[in-house]
Amino acid sequence: MIKTKSIIGALLVSILLAVVPAAAQEGGGHATPEIKKEPWSFAGPFGTYDRNQLQRGFQVFKEVCSSCHSARLMAFRNLSEPGGPEFTEGQVKALAAEYEITDPEAEGGKRPGVAADRWPSPFANEQEARDANGGALPPDFSVLAKARGTTQPFPWWILNYFTAYAEGGPDYIHALLNGYVDPAPEGVEVPEGKHYNTYFPGHFLGMAPPLSDGAITYEEGETGSVPLTVDQYSRDVASFMMWMAEPHLVARKEAGFQVIAFLLVFAGLMYLVKRKLWSRVEH
Amino acid sequence: MAHESSYVPGNVVEKWIDDRLPIIRWSKEHLMDYPTPKNLNYWWTFGAILAFMLGVQIVTGIILAMHYTPHVSLAFDSVEHIRRDVNGGRIIQAVHATGASMFFAAVYIHMFRGLYFGSYKAPREILWILGVLLFVLMVTTAFMGYVLPWGQMSFWAATVITNILGAIPVLGTPILELLRGGFAVDNATLNRFFSLHYLLPFIIAAVVALHIWALHVPGNNNPIGVEVKNSRETVPFHPYYTMKDLFAVIVFCIPFAWFVFFAPDILGHPDNYIMANSQVTPAHIVPEWYFLPFYAILRAIDFNILFIDSKLGGVIFFAGAILVLFFVPWLDTSKVRSGTFRPIFKWFYWLFVANFVFLTWLGSAPAEGIYVLLSKIATAYYFIYFIIVLPLLGRFETPRPLPTSITESVLAKHKAPAAAQPAAASTSH
Repeated sequence: MIKTKSIIGALLVSILLAVVPAAAQEGGGHATPEIKKEPWSFAGPFGTYDRNQLQRGFQVFKEVCSSCHSARLMAFRNLSEPGGPEFTEGQVKALAAEYEITDPEAEGGKRPGVAADRWPSPFANEQEARDANGGALPPDFSVLAKARGTTQPFPWWILNYFTAYAEGGPDYIHALLNGYVDPAPEGVEVPEGKHYNTYFPGHFLGMAPPLSDGAITYEEGETGSVPLTVDQYSRDVASFMMWMAEPHLVARKEAGFQVIAFLLVFAGLMYLVKRKLWSRVEH
Repeated sequence: MAHESSYVPGNVVEKWIDDRLPIIRWSKEHLMDYPTPKNLNYWWTFGAILAFMLGVQIVTGIILAMHYTPHVSLAFDSVEHIRRDVNGGRIIQAVHATGASMFFAAVYIHMFRGLYFGSYKAPREILWILGVLLFVLMVTTAFMGYVLPWGQMSFWAATVITNILGAIPVLGTPILELLRGGFAVDNATLNRFFSLHYLLPFIIAAVVALHIWALHVPGNNNPIGVEVKNSRETVPFHPYYTMKDLFAVIVFCIPFAWFVFFAPDILGHPDNYIMANSQVTPAHIVPEWYFLPFYAILRAIDFNILFIDSKLGGVIFFAGAILVLFFVPWLDTSKVRSGTFRPIFKWFYWLFVANFVFLTWLGSAPAEGIYVLLSKIATAYYFIYFIIVLPLLGRFETPRPLPTSITESVLAKHKAPAAAQPAAASTSH
């Protein structure tokens, strides 16, 4: 009895959910096209970061992004931790030493960086950052990949819960970096110092197109096999940003696999216990 | 259910304790021997699931509090510190944040089960009222907890929700300022929310104890809503229901783990990964999904009612949507408990469930265009169900004949033709 009624209930719910948004969406259309889901190596329950891709992404970040964007929560040491770009400790030490860190206790207020230091910010404060960027504030990269997202129309977003879709941020970043249109579409007046971008909310983005084909030369062993295109750079840097925002993703997903496998077995055993126990009772 | 204690102290130590503080006797009576109807279905396992979730939230919460810093300039980074630098921190934090969602999913199922099977009817009114009180405490606790990471949604949810208290005439502004600790949401707000967020779960635990006490006096309701006639219709809570509930808890943990490990942020909002900024308002301020039905009701009142302006009207309906639940035992006039035997009630009930899901969805939609009208219709039905349908249905509906006892209903089920067996079995296990 409950079953038939549950089915009717569920049907009613789905009909309501299916019909109403369709009716509601006919009125206002969004000017921003839907952002495509890209195939990320770290997507899904078995996703892992591609170490080479993270290293390339780091290169893009270091050579291009980091001249304006900070990453205050990332420490140099993170770059050598398992599950990340996994540079060697020696490489990280050498890298950190290239940077000057503000330290009131050091002689002259500055000292060379060590692995434990956080990534130094390009500007001393928000005002300085705004002054250097035409009034716009370049957002901090630390968790940016999780602070952005995409939306899917009904009913597709329901699938996200079953596929564990958590790559809205990288999808958005990839779309944004490839979404510059110059000249802007006809009839659109782009304000002084702004750049038209298809995917940016409001379309007028303060950041000029940061990448161009061939602008970054990937280190040895990768030239040739990896295209030097904006599309490739943006995929690499979006992956790197996702790692920066979620450095323990791989360990988390591995643990998740074990936990769920354990729970399935445990549930099966508990079901048998329960069935055995209740077989004595007419219920 | 009042029953004779079967406890016999096993040795001199137990005897010594029993003469002074009969806690072992009490535990045996209430945690093991408690006679439970033998025909409860799986909807009845959510009580145990909720107790489990309360435990999970308290344990993870205490650990998080060891690493969290309640200060406007440090809170956001301290949560990130937990995620990035504390051993296992990412998982503990995800369990706590996702746990809130799972807790609410379970509490809604638990409440809807009560509404369907008439578990609020005499003699279980106080049990139900304590349950509604628990829900109110949960809402308050979850709301304050959501503010603590101090992201954009945290800040703006705190601003919007505390603001609605300001609509209360005369007392609104003083209450608002007391709650915020100032004129705007700021460090003082964060500090008192942290303090209260730590306090309230223990009050919840205390009310849970009362809730269970109020359950153990009349005993459980059951799917046919006919009171237990004799001890042959019950089984001892342990091991029958301890094992069944444990099985249900483990099954419940599977989707819980799915979210924790594979998509810990999917139930939240990306904007909460941006540190709170009072100068920048997010495009859409959306509460967590479990508040959306009530948020939709709050926003549905965008018109003045006589001398009550729309803001106060929204607050009245918002509060009324929860307060009305306290009166359900007296609003429902039907003598029959279980919805299974109420042919017309079922339609209204499932429409109410669909309407509630619909309100959830409306709460996430922007407050414009057709959504506003739909919110009004859905809000109207929410109240019509409690204030008009339940009182009138009891008078006009002819219920189907009730089985005289649990034994009769169980026997009837087992005698049913083989074809009907699997369906019947799946509802009663």
